[in-house]
Amino acid sequence: MLDRLNVRAAIVSIVFLTVLLGTWELANQPPEQTEALTEYEMLMGGSAPQARVPNPSEIGLLAIEELSDPFYDKGPNDKGIGLQLMYSLYRVLSGYFLAALVAIPVGFLIGMSPLMQKALDPFIQVLKPISPLAWMPLALFILKDSEISSIFVIFICSIWPMLINTAFGVSSVKKDYLNVARTHELGRIKTAFLVVLPAAAPTILTGMRISIGIAWLVIVAAEMLVGGTGVGYYVWNEWNNLDLTSVVFSILMIGFIGMLLDLSLAKATKMVQYVE
Amino acid sequence: MSSYLLTAENLSKVYPGPKGGEPLTVFDGVNFGVNKGEFVCVIGHSGCGKSTILNILAGLDDATTGAVIMDGKEVAGPSLDRGVVFQNYSLLPWISVFKNISFAVKSRWPKWSKDEVYEHTMKYIEMVGLKGVEHRKPSQLSGGMRQRVSIARAFAIQPKLLLLDEPFGALDALTRGMIQEELIKVWEKTNQTVIMITHDVDEAILLSDRIFLMTNGPHASIAESVMIDIPRHRDRTEIIHHDHYYPIRNHVVDFLVKRSKELNDTGIEQQGQEQAFHYPPEVNPATGQVTEVKIDTDPSQVDDTRIANLR
Repeated sequence: MLDRLNVRAAIVSIVFLTVLLGTWELANQPPEQTEALTEYEMLMGGSAPQARVPNPSEIGLLAIEELSDPFYDKGPNDKGIGLQLMYSLYRVLSGYFLAALVAIPVGFLIGMSPLMQKALDPFIQVLKPISPLAWMPLALFILKDSEISSIFVIFICSIWPMLINTAFGVSSVKKDYLNVARTHELGRIKTAFLVVLPAAAPTILTGMRISIGIAWLVIVAAEMLVGGTGVGYYVWNEWNNLDLTSVVFSILMIGFIGMLLDLSLAKATKMVQYVE
Repeated sequence: MSSYLLTAENLSKVYPGPKGGEPLTVFDGVNFGVNKGEFVCVIGHSGCGKSTILNILAGLDDATTGAVIMDGKEVAGPSLDRGVVFQNYSLLPWISVFKNISFAVKSRWPKWSKDEVYEHTMKYIEMVGLKGVEHRKPSQLSGGMRQRVSIARAFAIQPKLLLLDEPFGALDALTRGMIQEELIKVWEKTNQTVIMITHDVDEAILLSDRIFLMTNGPHASIAESVMIDIPRHRDRTEIIHHDHYYPIRNHVVDFLVKRSKELNDTGIEQQGQEQAFHYPPEVNPATGQVTEVKIDTDPSQVDDTRIANLR
């Protein structure tokens, strides 16, 4: 039954995709040449009279070309999409794991101590709504390095969902589980690791999943701003080159990697899920 | 010193009222003693503070006044000396049945080797008839099986006192009967001291040596301690044919239906008078004998120790 549903869903998906790409392809043909090429145009090799959004077929051809050699490096302005994605992933993951290293212990503290919750709440409420890119100038000035600054921006944007979810998960561990720990004379550390952490793990992982999504959103913008390497820079660079085919292709790649990141966190969440 | 393993002396629980309102005294003047190896049931209507008393005995809750003394020491906080079986089983859902018990065994005997922990854990899993499902998660078990795990966990740490908070309240009648028999078997093997809260009169008569009858709240207290002198080993199907069964049952039911309220009304009138500081009289409904039990410590002194301890 489920299999049949999956098959049917896949068929509908493919139909939608074909209709979408077909319409796009057909509606987006270059206009017929009505006049003969001017001398200038002939000198320029008969270029298209007007810039157009690329057709799916063109994007497909470029994708095959790019993905057959994704890691080439021909200088600062010509690197393979794979290489650019690796730069972005490296920044996202380092900022993200640094954030986890801070957010989970602090979230534990907030979740376990009502005092800390009240004391730290104003800071979180003010800092949380700040757009991560607003930190960029300050980060560049203090850290004096665009690479570390973009990692910092990822750090600051992924810390909040993890912090808030950890604090919430820890503070809402069922009293029964804590009573089990108390009647078995578990110490604070043992209670934290044997009872609170596994009980709160699904909530914590949900926060981590939200964070990785936000981090991947922010890295593109951050790299457009600082430039140099990464998929955000790649998109902006191709825009400057007026290579819209590469722009669309890289947009799709950003989506694809984002999906993989989300799926892996979803899988991790499933692993710590428990049924009461 | 009394010969009791555990005594509760002048316990009360008062919750502060809503702003400007009267504070709520759930129970006060609760005194009792429990002998080693004894099985005691506490029966009373909802809201008389039975569960609160059990939590105070466990060390999970604090009494407003009075103290619980076990083995000559005041109970302050939870301890492995007092095992608890909660009504909702309170198993950790992310680990297996085996681990739910073995973590308790490990915390009881931290120096034990892996093999010792394994053997001890398996012994209690077998005792409650759960061999073969020890690797399942609690969510994969029925309610009755979960409560057996909880009972095995509590017995496995071999506490000096076992506290059961309506352990069979959430089970259907058939499962309940089966687990009662399991409980009798395990109890007879271990000779554990048990205090159990229940709503079920037949269950209380089947299991206990004495039944504490509580008056209704607020200002609830233990009115009587009913002796169950039906010889062991007791069997669910045979116990009802014993001569003493119906006198006891009628006495308890009569108490719950009528006297628990009447006594509470007179109790409130007597408030502030010298009625608090004695153990509940021991009643044998079959013979009609009523024995007053005198307290052998001065309750005012107990209060002082408690205050001293609080400092």
